[in-house]
Amino acid sequence: MSEIASRVKAIIVDKLGVEESEVKTEASFTGDLGADSLDTVELIMEFEKEFNISIPDDQAEKITTVGDAVSYIEENAK
Amino acid sequence: MELKRVVVTGLGAITPIGNTVSEYWENAVNGVSGAGPITHFDASLFKTQFACEVKNFDINKIIDRKVARRMDLYCQYAVAVADQAVEDAGFDLEKEDLNKIGVIFGAGIGGITTFEEEVGYYALNKENGPKFNPFFIPKMISDIAAGQISIMYGFHGPNYSTCSACATSTNAIADAFNLIRLGKANAIVSGGSEAAICAAGVGGFNAMNALSTRNDDAQTASRPFSASRDGFVMGEGGGCLILEELEHAKARGAKIYAEVAGMGLSADAYHLTASHPEGLGAKLVMINALEDAQMKPEDIDYINVHGTSTPVGDISEVKAIQSVFGEHAYKLNISSTKSMTGHLLGAAGAIESIAGILAMRDGIIPPTINFTEGDEDPEIDYSLNFTFNKAQKREVNAVLSNTFGFGGHNACVVFKKYID
Repeated sequence: MSEIASRVKAIIVDKLGVEESEVKTEASFTGDLGADSLDTVELIMEFEKEFNISIPDDQAEKITTVGDAVSYIEENAK
Repeated sequence: MELKRVVVTGLGAITPIGNTVSEYWENAVNGVSGAGPITHFDASLFKTQFACEVKNFDINKIIDRKVARRMDLYCQYAVAVADQAVEDAGFDLEKEDLNKIGVIFGAGIGGITTFEEEVGYYALNKENGPKFNPFFIPKMISDIAAGQISIMYGFHGPNYSTCSACATSTNAIADAFNLIRLGKANAIVSGGSEAAICAAGVGGFNAMNALSTRNDDAQTASRPFSASRDGFVMGEGGGCLILEELEHAKARGAKIYAEVAGMGLSADAYHLTASHPEGLGAKLVMINALEDAQMKPEDIDYINVHGTSTPVGDISEVKAIQSVFGEHAYKLNISSTKSMTGHLLGAAGAIESIAGILAMRDGIIPPTINFTEGDEDPEIDYSLNFTFNKAQKREVNAVLSNTFGFGGHNACVVFKKYID
């Protein structure tokens, strides 16, 4: 697991109150991890803070799974 | 239309002198102060560096961490005391009509710590544009505790918060009483909570010179009716009372603490923060409450006063009591439990109503601590029995609890012993 992936997972575990084992690459925030619309907004904000990036709304909408988040950040984090 | 009778069947409290009703009550009777140095934030540059904080509060024992994270501390106190009170009331929720159980629960301020954190973060990171947490608003707003409690239990009855500063939770109890006696609900979870011991809360009240600055002697700083009183001491926590329609309570064999006899409301219509010097609104609110309860002044044995330990407020309340109760003012017991708990703002009315109800149950009046001989205020008549420093045993058949809020809101409730 990449360093970015493990940091992303740590945020998800903390914010959604889920077990680390549930945070699989293909897991959907709302479908599998119990997030509601407010949680998903908060997750994006936390990713922005953690990786010092800005995720535009039209991109944020496409980040619906753990894997989506990791690949977006890997491409955009400096 | 005949009004229904309303009784109290459950209690919950998180206070600076105890995180359960029994611990709170035991310490109140024993005259224990909840004051100490502020630990919630670094107050070293503040005029006031002490408060009555809640100790060893662990919300994770009550609700899931993820749910708790979506709540400001004020809301966590609210759900914690509701949890205690609902359990104490002993409802079998499987059998209850949940559409007939409501929640009327207030906060004087609400999520001020959340507000401070979010606005502070924005101020420091303005160049990145507005980055507010999606939970900012739902954590901060002062009605959310009533919503969260309803979600916890699926209570679909009347649901809202009251907001009248330091009278807030008395207004909640009064509204719950009114709705139940009108037949609009079988039971209502009522009360209030507050958590304003943060930089904005303490700094804001300091700016008004409302808080005691007796930093070298925190435990004696809340000294209602003493000449040397210099402001209130900030408290925090929550109080919850389950109000229930009498026949409904009897049918399920509920334990009954007391009957709600009446409520009164009034406004000073005088000043933003100062109480009327002659206690005009305070007088009116007690008269209204007695009239609603169809009781005479002589029927009241104990007044749990607002008595915040501020220079002006304490005097006007005493004048109001003398005016309303006449000769009987000298026979009843008066005490300010804020001398021990500090001022819980929006939660004050609820925890003080609980103190009044338990004084009636146990036949003991909790004291007004921190009075010393020689510290008499020439404007206060000490022939009145302020229950200074030590609890007093006394049979109590009816109690009155006063609360007055910034804005001139006054709310008062009367409880009496339940007799079938």
